[in-house]
Amino acid sequence: MKTINIQSDKKDNSLKRRDFLKKAWKVLGLVLMAELALFVFDIIRPSRKEEIISGNGELKDLGHVNDFSLGSVTPDRANKLFVVRQGDGGFMVLSLSCTHLGCAVLWNGEKQQFICPCHKSVFDMMGNVLSSPAPRALDYFPVHIEAGRLRADLSQKVQRKKYSINQVTYAV
Amino acid sequence: MHDTNSTIKKKIPCFGFILHLHPRKVNPSVLRFHLTFGLGGMAALLVAVQAVTGLLLKFHYVPTPQGAYNSILNLQETLLFGKMLRSIHHWGAILLIWVVFLHLLRVVFTGAYRKPRHSNWHIGLLLFILVVFSNFTGYLLPWDQLSYWAITISTNLIGFIPFGGSWLKEVLLGGTEVGRATLTKFYNLHTGIIPFSMLILMAYHFWHVRKAGGVVVAEEFKYLDNIDTNPHLVAREFVVALVLLAVLFFLGSVFDAPLRDRANPAMSPDPAKAPWYFMGLQELLIHFHPFIVVVFFPLVLLFAALGLPYFIKKDKLYGIWFISSNGKKAAVYAMFFGILITLFFILADEFLPGPEIVAPNLPTWITSGVLPLTVSLIAVYSFLRYLKKKYLLNRAGIVQTFIVFLVAAYSILTITGIFFRGKGMSLVWPW
Ligand code: HEM
Ligand code: FES
Repeated sequence: MKTINIQSDKKDNSLKRRDFLKKAWKVLGLVLMAELALFVFDIIRPSRKEEIISGNGELKDLGHVNDFSLGSVTPDRANKLFVVRQGDGGFMVLSLSCTHLGCAVLWNGEKQQFICPCHKSVFDMMGNVLSSPAPRALDYFPVHIEAGRLRADLSQKVQRKKYSINQVTYAV
Repeated sequence: MHDTNSTIKKKIPCFGFILHLHPRKVNPSVLRFHLTFGLGGMAALLVAVQAVTGLLLKFHYVPTPQGAYNSILNLQETLLFGKMLRSIHHWGAILLIWVVFLHLLRVVFTGAYRKPRHSNWHIGLLLFILVVFSNFTGYLLPWDQLSYWAITISTNLIGFIPFGGSWLKEVLLGGTEVGRATLTKFYNLHTGIIPFSMLILMAYHFWHVRKAGGVVVAEEFKYLDNIDTNPHLVAREFVVALVLLAVLFFLGSVFDAPLRDRANPAMSPDPAKAPWYFMGLQELLIHFHPFIVVVFFPLVLLFAALGLPYFIKKDKLYGIWFISSNGKKAAVYAMFFGILITLFFILADEFLPGPEIVAPNLPTWITSGVLPLTVSLIAVYSFLRYLKKKYLLNRAGIVQTFIVFLVAAYSILTITGIFFRGKGMSLVWPW
């Protein structure tokens, strides 16, 4: 009787141990999978490194405030933007990527409009949509004016539905 | 018998290996060219050609925004047969899309997607997606105006997917716009991950064909005695392969792969178009809300395709084209209907006053979303009902008719997008 009991006890124990080990393997497997998934995810996700490499991380100097006459639109193709100076002296830096599918819009000085060559979206001087398919106004970059220098933060493209006065920066 | 065997054996390279992919004996009915048109084999050969030409191109290509364009120019101008090498890779990629798509249609219209071949249908769908994705990633590599703006437009489309679309776009681009990170990513996908996955899936695909006992054999031919694969099937495949290679080399040496100006991120060409196989989608986008084109249609199609083998399983009719003579007639009808109604919709959208003029206060998700979608779905539904009654179609027949309609409609959209859209994407004559 006794011996049998001991034996079954042993069996129970080893079974428990085996169950435990099996579970441990499963948990370890799951941990491994999770780590692998995170690892792959980290590789494919967009990194902010790009902006550091391209030098877009800091404020970009676009020139002296007085370089831009009142009521003018100046393309800066190298930085893919337009510097817009309103009649009252306020500045706005607009991205030249159309908000429809990303083509580069062109400034038409005669009509005082931005026109997209791809699907004919039209924007006014402030970037408002005058004609679809573009779904929202042209994106803009935050502007900082220090000691008469016009600087824009090219790492932050701000999306907006339409123009409002607080998107404009004034030289003080 | 033995003689033919040994002569072919001497003349065909890698003969033993190719033979190994086949069963030893096949049903004589599968030798008929018009059962498969050898399309699967052609796809395999084209994948091999792309691998070889691609590996050679890799010796000279520089995967950076600064170096890419010049390395292509250099390759074309200084390398012996460099231009031809690039052109063959270009035409091979185009032929591959065509061949794989036709292969898919052949599988559908001969009913070969049904059990026991359903897993292979799924693997095939995956291969199809990989072929398209491979073309797409390769399109960016020359870094000229064509490639830069095509990828810009196509990836911006992804941004319209609600919930996570713009995130997905950033993952694909490695940033907010096409740039260095995008090129690195696309290059790695195009020359590493995609071909590697394709190779593995193809091996799996071929194994499944063998496992199912070869390609579909119609009920009426099952009684025939099997004959030796070698030489009967292998010799035929060899001829198809030679003809395909001849066509490819002809195209590659006569028509150069296009190369426009170096990519200029500040100046888009007018019109800016997506790669040709996405032009049907771009055309649809002129008429429908982006959500419908980029999310609704693709997802519905994908799930419909995945579920196809379960939706139609009882049918005994396979191994013959279009099921029956009634099925054939309905298919012809559907083709004409698809062509005409698509043309009608394109022209109506161009010349009739749109809902945004008739009712300017409605939001766009109604005027270019729900409204045109409902109209099109009702038109297609009524037409299918009509054909079903007229030709007494069963389930398989209706699905097949519907697919014929889809293919016809997409072809018209693609042709319109490629040839009849000029400056500002307005309708023009191509001459
Ligand atoms: C790289 C792409 C592909 C290659 C190299 C390939 C190759 C092949 C080959 C050599 C066969 C033997 C029969 C024939 O020649 O038609 C075959 C059969 C088959 N393929 Fe593909 N294929 C590819 C893509 C696809 C696609 C996109 C589909 C559909 C979604 C598909 C579904 C099938 C099915 C279901 C069969 C069995 C047909 C039957 O038994 O009659 N394959 N494939
Ligand atoms: S990309 Fe500007 S209108 Fe389409």
